[in-house]
Amino acid sequence: MTQFLSLLLNGISLGALYALIALGFVIIFKSSEVVSFTHGSLLLLGAYSIARLSDSIGFLPAVVVGILITALAAFVIERLIINRLRGAAVISLAIVTIGVDIIILTELIRQIGSDILNVPHPWGGESFRVGSIGLSQNRLIAFVVAAVLIAAFFAAFKYSSWGIAMRASAEDGETAALMGIRQGRVSALAWVVAGVLAAVAALFLVGSPTPGVSPTAYAVALRAFPAAILGGLDSTGGALVGGLLIGIAEAMAAGYQDQLLFLGRGFSAVVPFIVMIAVLMFRPSGLFGTKELTRV
Amino acid sequence: MLSIDALHVTYGGAVQAVRGVSMEVPDGKVVAVLGSNGAGKTTLLRTISGTLRLHRGKVESGSVTFDGADLVSRDPAQAVRLGLVQVPEGRRIFGRLTVEENLRAGGMGNRDKAAKSKAQDRVYDMFPVLKERSSQRGALLSGGEQQMLAIGRALMASPKLLLLDEPSLGLAPRIIGQIGEVIAEINRQGTSVLLVEQNATMALGVADLAYVLDVGEVSLSGDARQLSQTDEVQRLYLGHDGGGEAGERRVRVPSGKKLSRWTA
Ligand SMILES: Nc1ncnc2c1ncn2[C@@H]1O[C@H](COP(=O)(O)OP(=O)(O)OP(=O)(O)O)[C@@H](O)[C@H]1O
Ligand SMILES: [Mg+2]
Repeated sequence: MTQFLSLLLNGISLGALYALIALGFVIIFKSSEVVSFTHGSLLLLGAYSIARLSDSIGFLPAVVVGILITALAAFVIERLIINRLRGAAVISLAIVTIGVDIIILTELIRQIGSDILNVPHPWGGESFRVGSIGLSQNRLIAFVVAAVLIAAFFAAFKYSSWGIAMRASAEDGETAALMGIRQGRVSALAWVVAGVLAAVAALFLVGSPTPGVSPTAYAVALRAFPAAILGGLDSTGGALVGGLLIGIAEAMAAGYQDQLLFLGRGFSAVVPFIVMIAVLMFRPSGLFGTKELTRV
Repeated sequence: MLSIDALHVTYGGAVQAVRGVSMEVPDGKVVAVLGSNGAGKTTLLRTISGTLRLHRGKVESGSVTFDGADLVSRDPAQAVRLGLVQVPEGRRIFGRLTVEENLRAGGMGNRDKAAKSKAQDRVYDMFPVLKERSSQRGALLSGGEQQMLAIGRALMASPKLLLLDEPSLGLAPRIIGQIGEVIAEINRQGTSVLLVEQNATMALGVADLAYVLDVGEVSLSGDARQLSQTDEVQRLYLGHDGGGEAGERRVRVPSGKKLSRWTA
Protein backbone atom coordinates (compact mmCIF):
# COMPACT_ATOMS: atom_id res chain seq x y z
CA MET A 1 0.00 0.00 0.00
CA THR A 2 2.75 2.45 0.91
CA GLN A 3 4.50 1.54 -2.29
CA PHE A 4 1.31 2.21 -4.18
CA LEU A 5 0.81 5.60 -2.51
CA SER A 6 4.39 6.51 -3.11
CA LEU A 7 4.11 5.59 -6.78
CA LEU A 8 0.84 7.45 -7.09
CA LEU A 9 2.43 10.58 -5.66
CA ASN A 10 5.39 10.28 -7.99
CA GLY A 11 3.04 9.63 -10.87
CA ILE A 12 0.97 12.71 -10.13
CA SER A 13 4.01 14.95 -9.87
CA LEU A 14 5.41 13.57 -13.12
CA GLY A 15 1.96 13.82 -14.69
CA ALA A 16 1.65 17.47 -13.72
CA LEU A 17 4.81 18.15 -15.72
CA TYR A 18 3.45 16.21 -18.68
CA ALA A 19 0.28 18.24 -18.35
CA LEU A 20 2.27 21.48 -18.67
CA ILE A 21 3.79 20.27 -21.92
CA ALA A 22 0.52 18.85 -23.18
CA LEU A 23 -1.34 22.10 -22.45
CA GLY A 24 1.07 23.96 -24.68
CA PHE A 25 0.60 21.37 -27.35
CA VAL A 26 -3.19 21.72 -27.14
CA ILE A 27 -3.32 25.51 -27.26
CA ILE A 28 -1.01 25.52 -30.25
CA PHE A 29 -3.31 23.09 -31.95
CA LYS A 30 -6.38 25.12 -31.07
CA SER A 31 -4.99 28.43 -32.19
CA SER A 32 -2.89 27.53 -35.22
CA GLU A 33 -4.32 24.15 -36.22
CA VAL A 34 -0.83 22.75 -36.05
CA VAL A 35 0.18 19.52 -34.41
CA SER A 36 3.49 20.80 -33.18
CA PHE A 37 6.34 18.34 -32.89
CA THR A 38 8.71 21.13 -31.89
CA HIS A 39 8.04 20.52 -28.22
CA GLY A 40 10.84 18.03 -27.74
CA SER A 41 13.53 20.41 -28.84
CA LEU A 42 11.91 23.39 -27.10
CA LEU A 43 12.03 21.42 -23.89
CA LEU A 44 15.66 20.56 -24.39
CA LEU A 45 16.42 24.15 -25.31
CA GLY A 46 14.89 25.29 -22.03
CA ALA A 47 16.84 22.77 -19.99
CA TYR A 48 20.05 23.50 -21.86
CA SER A 49 19.76 27.28 -21.49
CA ILE A 50 19.04 27.06 -17.79
CA ALA A 51 21.93 24.65 -17.19
CA ARG A 52 24.43 26.67 -19.24
CA LEU A 53 23.49 30.03 -17.80
CA SER A 54 23.37 28.89 -14.19
CA ASP A 55 27.16 28.87 -13.93
CA SER A 56 27.59 32.44 -14.97
CA ILE A 57 24.50 34.26 -13.78
CA GLY A 58 23.21 32.06 -10.98
CA PHE A 59 20.28 29.72 -10.77
CA LEU A 60 17.24 31.97 -10.53
CA PRO A 61 18.28 34.44 -13.23
CA ALA A 62 19.16 31.46 -15.40
CA VAL A 63 15.67 30.07 -14.93
CA VAL A 64 14.11 33.36 -15.95
CA VAL A 65 16.37 33.83 -18.96
CA GLY A 66 16.01 30.18 -19.96
CA ILE A 67 12.24 30.47 -19.95
CA LEU A 68 12.46 33.68 -21.99
CA ILE A 69 14.78 32.06 -24.53
CA THR A 70 12.42 29.13 -24.97
CA ALA A 71 9.40 31.40 -25.30
CA LEU A 72 11.26 33.52 -27.81
CA ALA A 73 12.21 30.46 -29.85
CA ALA A 74 8.57 29.37 -29.92
CA PHE A 75 7.54 32.87 -30.95
CA VAL A 76 10.07 32.96 -33.76
CA ILE A 77 8.96 29.56 -35.05
CA GLU A 78 5.37 30.78 -35.15
CA ARG A 79 6.12 34.12 -36.82
CA LEU A 80 8.70 32.90 -39.28
CA ILE A 81 7.20 29.61 -40.32
CA ILE A 82 3.78 28.66 -39.02
CA ASN A 83 2.17 32.05 -39.62
CA ARG A 84 3.30 32.07 -43.21
CA LEU A 85 2.00 28.60 -43.88
CA ARG A 86 -1.47 29.29 -42.50
CA GLY A 87 -4.02 27.35 -44.46
CA ALA A 88 -1.64 24.55 -45.42
CA ALA A 89 -2.81 21.01 -44.72
CA VAL A 90 -2.54 19.89 -41.10
CA ILE A 91 -0.31 17.02 -42.10
CA SER A 92 2.16 19.19 -44.04
CA LEU A 93 2.38 21.59 -41.13
CA ALA A 94 3.03 18.72 -38.74
CA ILE A 95 5.89 17.57 -40.91
CA VAL A 96 7.24 21.09 -41.13
CA THR A 97 7.35 21.15 -37.33
CA ILE A 98 9.20 17.83 -37.31
CA GLY A 99 11.76 19.47 -39.59
CA VAL A 100 12.11 22.46 -37.29
CA ASP A 101 12.42 20.12 -34.34
CA ILE A 102 15.24 18.18 -35.98
CA ILE A 103 17.12 21.36 -36.82
CA ILE A 104 16.97 22.69 -33.27
CA LEU A 105 17.67 19.30 -31.76
CA THR A 106 20.72 18.70 -33.94
CA GLU A 107 22.19 22.03 -32.97
CA LEU A 108 21.52 21.45 -29.29
CA ILE A 109 23.13 18.03 -29.37
CA ARG A 110 26.17 19.60 -31.02
CA GLN A 111 26.28 22.27 -28.32
CA ILE A 112 25.90 19.82 -25.49
CA GLY A 113 28.48 17.52 -27.03
CA SER A 114 29.82 15.08 -24.50
CA ASP A 115 29.35 17.48 -21.59
CA ILE A 116 27.24 16.41 -18.72
CA LEU A 117 25.20 19.45 -17.92
CA ASN A 118 23.40 19.77 -14.67
CA VAL A 119 20.85 22.25 -13.53
CA PRO A 120 22.03 23.18 -10.02
CA HIS A 121 18.67 22.99 -8.29
CA PRO A 122 19.08 24.70 -4.93
CA TRP A 123 16.74 22.11 -3.45
CA GLY A 124 19.19 19.39 -4.45
CA GLY A 125 18.38 15.74 -4.82
CA GLU A 126 16.98 15.05 -1.40
CA SER A 127 13.75 13.27 -0.84
CA PHE A 128 10.86 14.29 1.19
CA ARG A 129 9.32 11.58 3.35
CA VAL A 130 6.13 11.06 5.22
CA GLY A 131 6.45 7.73 6.98
CA SER A 132 7.59 5.39 4.31
CA ILE A 133 6.14 7.35 1.41
CA GLY A 134 8.85 9.20 -0.44
CA LEU A 135 8.98 11.83 -3.13
CA SER A 136 11.99 13.76 -4.32
CA GLN A 137 11.94 17.37 -3.28
CA ASN A 138 12.40 18.33 -6.87
CA ARG A 139 9.18 16.56 -7.79
CA LEU A 140 7.34 18.04 -4.85
CA ILE A 141 8.29 21.57 -5.86
CA ALA A 142 7.54 20.68 -9.46
CA PHE A 143 4.08 19.61 -8.47
CA VAL A 144 3.38 22.81 -6.55
CA VAL A 145 4.69 25.03 -9.36
CA ALA A 146 2.85 23.05 -12.03
CA ALA A 147 -0.38 23.18 -10.03
CA VAL A 148 -0.11 26.95 -9.68
CA LEU A 149 0.69 27.41 -13.37
CA ILE A 150 -2.09 25.10 -14.47
CA ALA A 151 -4.59 26.91 -12.27
CA ALA A 152 -3.42 30.27 -13.62
CA PHE A 153 -3.62 28.94 -17.14
CA PHE A 154 -7.19 27.73 -16.76
CA ALA A 155 -8.24 30.97 -15.12
CA ALA A 156 -6.74 32.96 -17.99
CA PHE A 157 -8.24 30.63 -20.55
CA LYS A 158 -11.67 31.07 -19.01
CA TYR A 159 -11.72 34.72 -18.04
CA SER A 160 -9.09 36.76 -19.85
CA SER A 161 -9.60 38.46 -23.18
CA TRP A 162 -6.84 36.28 -24.55
CA GLY A 163 -8.70 33.16 -23.45
CA ILE A 164 -11.92 34.29 -25.06
CA ALA A 165 -10.17 35.37 -28.26
CA MET A 166 -8.42 32.03 -28.33
CA ARG A 167 -11.57 29.98 -27.82
CA ALA A 168 -13.54 32.07 -30.28
CA SER A 169 -10.97 31.79 -33.03
CA ALA A 170 -10.50 28.08 -32.37
CA GLU A 171 -14.21 27.57 -32.83
CA ASP A 172 -14.68 29.73 -35.91
CA GLY A 173 -11.65 31.60 -37.18
CA GLU A 174 -13.40 33.60 -39.87
CA THR A 175 -16.12 34.86 -37.56
CA ALA A 176 -13.52 35.71 -34.92
CA ALA A 177 -11.71 37.72 -37.60
CA LEU A 178 -14.97 39.58 -38.30
CA MET A 179 -14.96 40.66 -34.65
CA GLY A 180 -11.52 42.18 -35.13
CA ILE A 181 -9.71 39.31 -33.42
CA ARG A 182 -6.29 38.87 -35.01
CA GLN A 183 -5.68 35.19 -35.36
CA GLY A 184 -1.97 35.75 -35.92
CA ARG A 185 -1.65 37.39 -32.54
CA VAL A 186 -3.71 34.77 -30.78
CA SER A 187 -1.56 32.08 -32.31
CA ALA A 188 1.76 33.80 -31.55
CA LEU A 189 0.73 34.22 -27.93
CA ALA A 190 -0.26 30.56 -27.74
CA TRP A 191 3.22 29.58 -28.91
CA VAL A 192 4.82 31.86 -26.34
CA VAL A 193 2.71 30.37 -23.57
CA ALA A 194 3.54 26.88 -24.79
CA GLY A 195 7.24 27.77 -24.77
CA VAL A 196 7.04 29.03 -21.20
CA LEU A 197 5.20 25.93 -20.03
CA ALA A 198 7.68 23.64 -21.77
CA ALA A 199 10.66 25.45 -20.21
CA VAL A 200 9.16 25.24 -16.74
CA ALA A 201 8.52 21.52 -17.24
CA ALA A 202 12.10 21.17 -18.47
CA LEU A 203 13.46 22.84 -15.37
CA PHE A 204 12.05 20.06 -13.21
CA LEU A 205 12.29 17.14 -15.60
CA VAL A 206 16.08 17.33 -15.66
CA GLY A 207 16.28 17.16 -11.86
CA SER A 208 16.04 14.32 -9.37
CA PRO A 209 15.16 11.51 -9.79
CA THR A 210 16.13 11.78 -13.48
CA PRO A 211 19.72 12.61 -14.41
CA GLY A 212 20.84 15.97 -15.85
CA VAL A 213 20.50 17.61 -19.23
CA SER A 214 21.10 15.20 -22.04
CA PRO A 215 19.37 14.44 -25.30
CA THR A 216 17.39 11.81 -23.41
CA ALA A 217 15.39 14.65 -21.87
CA TYR A 218 13.98 14.91 -25.35
CA ALA A 219 12.31 11.53 -24.98
CA VAL A 220 10.40 12.90 -22.03
CA ALA A 221 8.65 15.44 -24.22
CA LEU A 222 7.69 12.68 -26.59
CA ARG A 223 5.75 11.10 -23.76
CA ALA A 224 3.70 14.27 -23.36
CA PHE A 225 2.34 13.86 -26.89
CA PRO A 226 0.24 10.82 -26.00
CA ALA A 227 -0.98 12.80 -22.99
CA ALA A 228 -2.31 15.54 -25.26
CA ILE A 229 -3.73 13.14 -27.78
CA LEU A 230 -5.51 10.82 -25.38
CA GLY A 231 -7.06 13.80 -23.61
CA GLY A 232 -8.35 15.09 -26.93
CA LEU A 233 -6.14 17.33 -29.01
CA ASP A 234 -8.39 20.33 -28.71
CA SER A 235 -9.26 20.00 -25.05
CA THR A 236 -7.28 21.81 -22.37
CA GLY A 237 -9.04 19.82 -19.66
CA GLY A 238 -8.11 16.71 -21.60
CA ALA A 239 -4.44 17.70 -21.57
CA LEU A 240 -4.53 17.92 -17.79
CA VAL A 241 -6.28 14.57 -17.34
CA GLY A 242 -4.14 12.97 -20.04
CA GLY A 243 -0.93 14.25 -18.46
CA LEU A 244 -1.85 12.92 -15.04
CA LEU A 245 -2.99 9.60 -16.47
CA ILE A 246 0.22 9.11 -18.38
CA GLY A 247 2.36 10.18 -15.43
CA ILE A 248 0.62 7.78 -13.06
CA ALA A 249 0.68 4.91 -15.55
CA GLU A 250 4.36 5.41 -16.18
CA ALA A 251 5.25 5.64 -12.49
CA MET A 252 3.23 2.54 -11.72
CA ALA A 253 4.79 0.56 -14.53
CA ALA A 254 8.24 1.59 -13.35
CA GLY A 255 7.51 0.83 -9.71
CA TYR A 256 6.00 -2.55 -10.33
CA GLN A 257 8.42 -3.50 -13.02
CA ASP A 258 9.52 -6.64 -11.20
CA GLN A 259 5.98 -7.90 -11.32
CA LEU A 260 5.71 -6.80 -14.96
CA LEU A 261 8.96 -8.36 -16.08
CA PHE A 262 7.14 -10.70 -18.45
CA LEU A 263 6.40 -7.58 -20.52
CA GLY A 264 10.09 -6.90 -20.84
CA ARG A 265 12.44 -4.43 -19.22
CA GLY A 266 11.90 -0.74 -19.90
CA PHE A 267 8.18 -1.33 -20.20
CA SER A 268 7.46 1.90 -18.33
CA ALA A 269 8.89 3.95 -21.20
CA VAL A 270 6.31 2.59 -23.62
CA VAL A 271 3.36 2.68 -21.22
CA PRO A 272 2.30 6.20 -22.25
CA PHE A 273 1.92 5.06 -25.82
CA ILE A 274 0.06 1.90 -24.88
CA VAL A 275 -2.37 3.89 -22.74
CA MET A 276 -2.88 6.30 -25.62
CA ILE A 277 -3.61 3.55 -28.11
CA ALA A 278 -6.00 1.87 -25.71
CA VAL A 279 -7.93 5.11 -25.15
CA LEU A 280 -8.08 5.99 -28.84
CA MET A 281 -9.52 2.55 -29.64
CA PHE A 282 -12.59 3.45 -27.65
CA ARG A 283 -12.64 7.17 -28.21
CA PRO A 284 -11.06 8.15 -31.51
CA SER A 285 -11.11 11.85 -30.70
CA GLY A 286 -9.65 11.35 -27.22
CA LEU A 287 -11.33 11.54 -23.84
CA PHE A 288 -12.60 15.10 -24.13
CA GLY A 289 -11.77 16.02 -27.70
CA THR A 290 -14.30 17.17 -30.23
CA LYS A 291 -12.22 16.96 -33.36
CA GLU A 292 -10.54 14.01 -34.91
CA LEU A 293 -7.32 14.88 -36.62
CA THR A 294 -8.57 13.74 -39.97
CA ARG A 295 -11.60 15.96 -39.80
CA VAL A 296 -9.71 19.15 -39.16
CA MET B 1 -20.25 56.85 -46.38
CA LEU B 2 -19.43 53.59 -48.04
CA SER B 3 -18.80 53.79 -51.78
CA ILE B 4 -18.26 50.89 -54.09
CA ASP B 5 -17.19 51.67 -57.60
CA ALA B 6 -17.03 49.33 -60.60
CA LEU B 7 -16.06 46.42 -58.36
CA HIS B 8 -14.95 43.11 -59.89
CA VAL B 9 -14.28 40.15 -57.61
CA THR B 10 -13.19 36.65 -58.56
CA TYR B 11 -12.57 33.46 -56.64
CA GLY B 12 -9.53 31.42 -57.52
CA GLY B 13 -9.05 33.62 -60.57
CA ALA B 14 -11.92 31.86 -62.32
CA VAL B 15 -15.34 32.38 -60.76
CA GLN B 16 -16.53 35.94 -61.40
CA ALA B 17 -18.72 36.54 -58.40
CA VAL B 18 -19.12 40.32 -58.61
CA ARG B 19 -18.98 42.06 -61.98
CA GLY B 20 -18.80 45.82 -62.11
CA VAL B 21 -20.94 46.63 -59.11
CA SER B 22 -21.26 50.24 -57.97
CA MET B 23 -23.26 51.26 -54.95
CA GLU B 24 -23.35 53.67 -52.06
CA VAL B 25 -24.43 53.49 -48.44
CA PRO B 26 -24.94 57.07 -47.29
CA ASP B 27 -24.45 57.84 -43.59
CA GLY B 28 -27.48 57.15 -41.47
CA LYS B 29 -29.32 55.13 -44.09
CA VAL B 30 -30.43 51.54 -44.39
CA VAL B 31 -29.52 50.11 -47.78
CA ALA B 32 -30.86 46.74 -48.88
CA VAL B 33 -29.20 44.42 -51.38
CA LEU B 34 -31.54 41.82 -52.81
CA GLY B 35 -30.51 38.89 -54.90
CA SER B 36 -31.06 35.19 -55.23
CA ASN B 37 -28.61 32.43 -54.36
CA GLY B 38 -25.19 32.98 -55.84
CA ALA B 39 -25.91 36.57 -56.83
CA GLY B 40 -22.74 37.73 -55.10
CA LYS B 41 -24.25 39.31 -52.00
CA THR B 42 -21.98 37.60 -49.51
CA THR B 43 -18.99 38.26 -51.74
CA LEU B 44 -19.79 41.95 -51.63
CA LEU B 45 -19.82 41.93 -47.83
CA ARG B 46 -16.60 39.91 -47.67
CA THR B 47 -14.93 42.52 -49.82
CA ILE B 48 -16.00 45.25 -47.44
CA SER B 49 -15.06 43.39 -44.25
CA GLY B 50 -11.70 42.18 -45.54
CA THR B 51 -12.44 38.46 -45.33
CA LEU B 52 -12.29 37.83 -49.07
CA ARG B 53 -8.74 36.56 -48.78
CA LEU B 54 -9.83 33.79 -46.41
CA HIS B 55 -11.87 32.44 -49.32
CA ARG B 56 -9.20 32.86 -51.95
CA GLY B 57 -11.17 35.70 -53.46
CA LYS B 58 -9.56 38.68 -55.09
CA VAL B 59 -10.58 42.20 -56.06
CA GLU B 60 -9.66 42.39 -59.74
CA SER B 61 -10.57 46.00 -60.22
CA GLY B 62 -12.70 48.78 -58.85
CA SER B 63 -12.65 50.43 -55.47
CA VAL B 64 -14.30 50.21 -52.08
CA THR B 65 -13.90 53.14 -49.73
CA PHE B 66 -15.37 54.07 -46.38
CA ASP B 67 -15.25 57.75 -45.46
CA GLY B 68 -12.48 58.05 -48.00
CA ALA B 69 -10.37 55.17 -46.60
CA ASP B 70 -9.57 52.43 -49.08
CA LEU B 71 -10.86 49.06 -47.87
CA VAL B 72 -9.53 46.72 -50.52
CA SER B 73 -6.09 46.29 -48.99
CA ARG B 74 -7.22 46.05 -45.39
CA ASP B 75 -7.60 43.08 -43.09
CA PRO B 76 -10.77 42.38 -41.08
CA ALA B 77 -9.37 43.84 -37.85
CA GLN B 78 -8.64 47.11 -39.61
CA ALA B 79 -12.13 47.19 -41.10
CA VAL B 80 -13.59 46.72 -37.61
CA ARG B 81 -11.49 49.58 -36.32
CA LEU B 82 -12.80 51.79 -39.10
CA GLY B 83 -16.29 51.00 -37.89
CA LEU B 84 -17.40 48.31 -40.35
CA VAL B 85 -18.73 45.19 -38.70
CA GLN B 86 -20.26 42.23 -40.47
CA VAL B 87 -22.81 39.80 -39.08
CA PRO B 88 -22.10 36.66 -41.08
CA GLU B 89 -24.64 34.60 -42.97
CA GLY B 90 -26.01 31.77 -40.85
CA ARG B 91 -25.30 33.72 -37.62
CA ARG B 92 -22.14 31.78 -36.77
CA ILE B 93 -22.32 32.43 -33.06
CA PHE B 94 -19.67 30.74 -30.94
CA GLY B 95 -21.71 27.82 -29.68
CA ARG B 96 -19.25 26.72 -27.03
CA LEU B 97 -18.89 30.18 -25.58
CA THR B 98 -21.48 31.62 -23.26
CA VAL B 99 -23.72 34.45 -24.43
CA GLU B 100 -21.66 36.89 -22.39
CA GLU B 101 -18.41 35.55 -23.81
CA ASN B 102 -19.83 35.87 -27.32
CA LEU B 103 -20.51 39.52 -26.59
CA ARG B 104 -17.03 39.99 -25.15
CA ALA B 105 -15.59 38.42 -28.29
CA GLY B 106 -17.61 40.94 -30.30
CA GLY B 107 -15.98 43.77 -28.39
CA MET B 108 -12.42 42.56 -29.00
CA GLY B 109 -11.83 44.94 -31.88
CA ASN B 110 -13.01 47.82 -29.73
CA ARG B 111 -10.19 49.20 -27.59
CA ASP B 112 -12.23 51.88 -25.94
CA LYS B 113 -13.34 50.42 -22.58
CA ALA B 114 -16.01 53.03 -21.95
CA ALA B 115 -17.48 52.55 -25.41
CA LYS B 116 -17.52 48.83 -24.82
CA SER B 117 -19.48 49.00 -21.61
CA LYS B 118 -21.90 51.44 -23.22
CA ALA B 119 -22.28 49.05 -26.13
CA GLN B 120 -22.98 46.20 -23.75
CA ASP B 121 -25.71 48.17 -21.98
CA ARG B 122 -27.22 49.01 -25.34
CA VAL B 123 -27.19 45.36 -26.41
CA TYR B 124 -28.78 44.13 -23.18
CA ASP B 125 -31.33 46.94 -23.46
CA MET B 126 -32.23 45.99 -26.98
CA PHE B 127 -32.21 42.24 -26.34
CA PRO B 128 -33.25 41.56 -22.73
CA VAL B 129 -33.32 37.84 -23.47
CA LEU B 130 -29.54 37.90 -23.92
CA LYS B 131 -29.12 39.29 -20.43
CA GLU B 132 -31.37 36.61 -18.98
CA ARG B 133 -29.33 33.92 -20.67
CA SER B 134 -25.92 35.54 -20.40
CA SER B 135 -24.24 32.57 -18.74
CA GLN B 136 -25.69 29.96 -21.09
CA ARG B 137 -23.75 28.54 -23.95
CA GLY B 138 -24.58 30.09 -27.30
CA ALA B 139 -25.48 26.74 -28.82
CA LEU B 140 -28.45 26.45 -26.48
CA LEU B 141 -30.23 29.52 -27.86
CA SER B 142 -33.05 29.26 -30.37
CA GLY B 143 -32.47 30.37 -33.95
CA GLY B 144 -34.08 33.74 -33.38
CA GLU B 145 -32.12 34.31 -30.17
CA GLN B 146 -28.94 33.32 -31.96
CA GLN B 147 -29.60 35.95 -34.61
CA MET B 148 -30.16 38.52 -31.86
CA LEU B 149 -26.87 37.42 -30.30
CA ALA B 150 -25.08 37.66 -33.64
CA ILE B 151 -26.37 41.21 -34.09
CA GLY B 152 -25.66 42.11 -30.46
CA ARG B 153 -22.15 40.73 -30.78
CA ALA B 154 -21.51 42.95 -33.79
CA LEU B 155 -22.91 45.98 -31.95
CA MET B 156 -20.29 45.44 -29.23
CA ALA B 157 -17.74 46.86 -31.65
CA SER B 158 -19.78 50.11 -31.85
CA PRO B 159 -19.97 50.00 -35.65
CA LYS B 160 -20.63 53.02 -37.81
CA LEU B 161 -21.87 50.73 -40.54
CA LEU B 162 -23.42 47.38 -39.75
CA LEU B 163 -23.29 44.74 -42.49
CA LEU B 164 -26.01 42.11 -42.18
CA ASP B 165 -25.93 38.97 -44.30
CA GLU B 166 -29.40 37.42 -44.60
CA PRO B 167 -30.47 37.85 -40.99
CA SER B 168 -33.89 36.37 -41.78
CA LEU B 169 -32.43 33.09 -42.94
CA GLY B 170 -34.32 30.12 -41.56
CA LEU B 171 -36.45 32.13 -39.14
CA ALA B 172 -40.22 32.19 -38.60
CA PRO B 173 -42.16 35.16 -40.02
CA ARG B 174 -42.86 36.61 -36.58
CA ILE B 175 -39.16 36.59 -35.73
CA ILE B 176 -38.31 38.08 -39.12
CA GLY B 177 -40.66 40.94 -38.26
CA GLN B 178 -38.78 41.47 -34.99
CA ILE B 179 -35.46 41.50 -36.82
CA GLY B 180 -36.83 44.19 -39.11
CA GLU B 181 -37.79 46.27 -36.07
CA VAL B 182 -34.37 45.73 -34.53
CA ILE B 183 -32.68 46.94 -37.71
CA ALA B 184 -34.86 50.04 -37.77
CA GLU B 185 -34.02 50.71 -34.12
CA ILE B 186 -30.28 50.27 -34.64
CA ASN B 187 -30.48 52.69 -37.52
CA ARG B 188 -32.52 55.15 -35.49
CA GLN B 189 -29.73 55.13 -32.89
CA GLY B 190 -27.33 56.33 -35.55
CA THR B 191 -25.78 53.31 -37.24
CA SER B 192 -25.92 52.93 -41.01
CA VAL B 193 -26.92 49.47 -42.21
CA LEU B 194 -26.14 47.48 -45.32
CA LEU B 195 -28.73 44.73 -45.33
CA VAL B 196 -28.29 41.75 -47.63
CA GLU B 197 -31.51 39.79 -47.97
CA GLN B 198 -33.56 37.36 -49.97
CA ASN B 199 -36.59 38.31 -47.93
CA ALA B 200 -37.58 41.38 -49.93
CA THR B 201 -40.69 42.13 -47.90
CA MET B 202 -38.72 42.67 -44.72
CA ALA B 203 -35.74 44.31 -46.41
CA LEU B 204 -37.71 46.80 -48.49
CA GLY B 205 -39.89 47.54 -45.47
CA VAL B 206 -36.95 48.77 -43.43
CA ALA B 207 -34.58 50.11 -46.12
CA ASP B 208 -34.29 53.62 -47.52
CA LEU B 209 -32.49 52.54 -50.67
CA ALA B 210 -32.18 49.20 -52.39
CA TYR B 211 -30.15 47.43 -55.03
CA VAL B 212 -31.02 44.24 -56.83
CA LEU B 213 -28.06 42.06 -57.61
CA ASP B 214 -28.39 39.56 -60.44
CA VAL B 215 -25.53 37.13 -61.09
CA GLY B 216 -22.90 39.57 -59.93
CA GLU B 217 -24.38 42.71 -61.52
CA VAL B 218 -26.70 45.42 -60.30
CA SER B 219 -29.91 45.07 -62.31
CA LEU B 220 -32.05 47.59 -60.44
CA SER B 221 -31.51 50.26 -57.85
CA GLY B 222 -33.26 53.16 -56.25
CA ASP B 223 -35.59 54.22 -53.51
CA ALA B 224 -36.74 51.15 -51.59
CA ARG B 225 -40.45 51.98 -51.70
CA GLN B 226 -40.41 52.75 -55.40
CA LEU B 227 -38.40 49.64 -56.11
CA SER B 228 -40.93 47.46 -54.35
CA GLN B 229 -43.52 48.68 -56.87
CA THR B 230 -41.56 47.62 -59.95
CA ASP B 231 -42.67 44.59 -61.90
CA GLU B 232 -39.38 42.77 -61.64
CA VAL B 233 -39.15 43.05 -57.87
CA GLN B 234 -42.81 42.15 -57.51
CA ARG B 235 -42.36 39.11 -59.67
CA LEU B 236 -38.98 37.85 -58.46
CA TYR B 237 -38.86 38.81 -54.82
CA LEU B 238 -42.30 39.60 -53.58
CA GLY B 239 -43.88 36.48 -55.01
CA HIS B 240 -46.55 38.18 -57.11
CA ASP B 241 -46.14 35.84 -60.03
CA GLY B 242 -48.95 33.61 -58.87
CA GLY B 243 -46.60 31.06 -57.31
CA GLY B 244 -44.76 31.50 -54.05
CA GLU B 245 -45.46 33.25 -50.82
CA ALA B 246 -44.19 36.69 -50.13
CA GLY B 247 -40.73 36.62 -48.66
CA GLU B 248 -40.17 32.98 -49.40
CA ARG B 249 -36.62 31.96 -50.11
CA ARG B 250 -36.37 31.32 -53.81
CA VAL B 251 -34.00 29.01 -55.49
CA ARG B 252 -33.02 29.92 -58.98
CA VAL B 253 -30.40 28.59 -61.29
CA PRO B 254 -27.49 30.76 -60.16
CA SER B 255 -26.00 31.48 -63.53
CA GLY B 256 -26.52 30.81 -67.17
CA LYS B 257 -22.97 29.61 -67.39
CA LYS B 258 -23.64 26.67 -65.12
CA LEU B 259 -26.78 25.81 -67.02
CA SER B 260 -24.97 25.66 -70.33
CA ARG B 261 -22.32 23.49 -68.76
CA TRP B 262 -24.94 21.03 -67.61
CA THR B 263 -26.61 20.86 -70.98
CA ALA B 264 -23.39 20.71 -72.95
N1 LIG C 1 -15.15 30.52 -51.51
C1 LIG C 1 -15.59 30.50 -52.78
N2 LIG C 1 -14.84 29.92 -53.74
C2 LIG C 1 -15.27 29.88 -55.02
N3 LIG C 1 -16.42 30.41 -55.43
C3 LIG C 1 -17.22 31.00 -54.53
C4 LIG C 1 -16.84 31.07 -53.15
N4 LIG C 1 -17.81 31.71 -52.48
C5 LIG C 1 -18.75 32.02 -53.38
N5 LIG C 1 -18.40 31.61 -54.61
C6 LIG C 1 -19.16 31.81 -55.85
O1 LIG C 1 -19.38 33.17 -56.05
C7 LIG C 1 -20.68 33.43 -56.50
C8 LIG C 1 -21.36 34.38 -55.54
O2 LIG C 1 -21.48 33.75 -54.27
P1 LIG C 1 -22.03 34.48 -52.98
O3 LIG C 1 -21.81 33.58 -51.84
O4 LIG C 1 -21.44 35.83 -52.91
O5 LIG C 1 -23.58 34.60 -53.30
P2 LIG C 1 -24.78 35.02 -52.37
O6 LIG C 1 -25.53 36.04 -53.11
O7 LIG C 1 -24.31 35.36 -51.03
O8 LIG C 1 -25.64 33.68 -52.32
P3 LIG C 1 -26.52 33.06 -51.13
O9 LIG C 1 -27.83 33.76 -51.16
O10 LIG C 1 -26.68 31.64 -51.52
O11 LIG C 1 -25.78 33.24 -49.88
C9 LIG C 1 -21.36 32.08 -56.60
O12 LIG C 1 -21.29 31.66 -57.94
C10 LIG C 1 -20.54 31.19 -55.74
O13 LIG C 1 -20.54 29.87 -56.23
MG1 LIG D 1 -24.62 34.63 -49.19
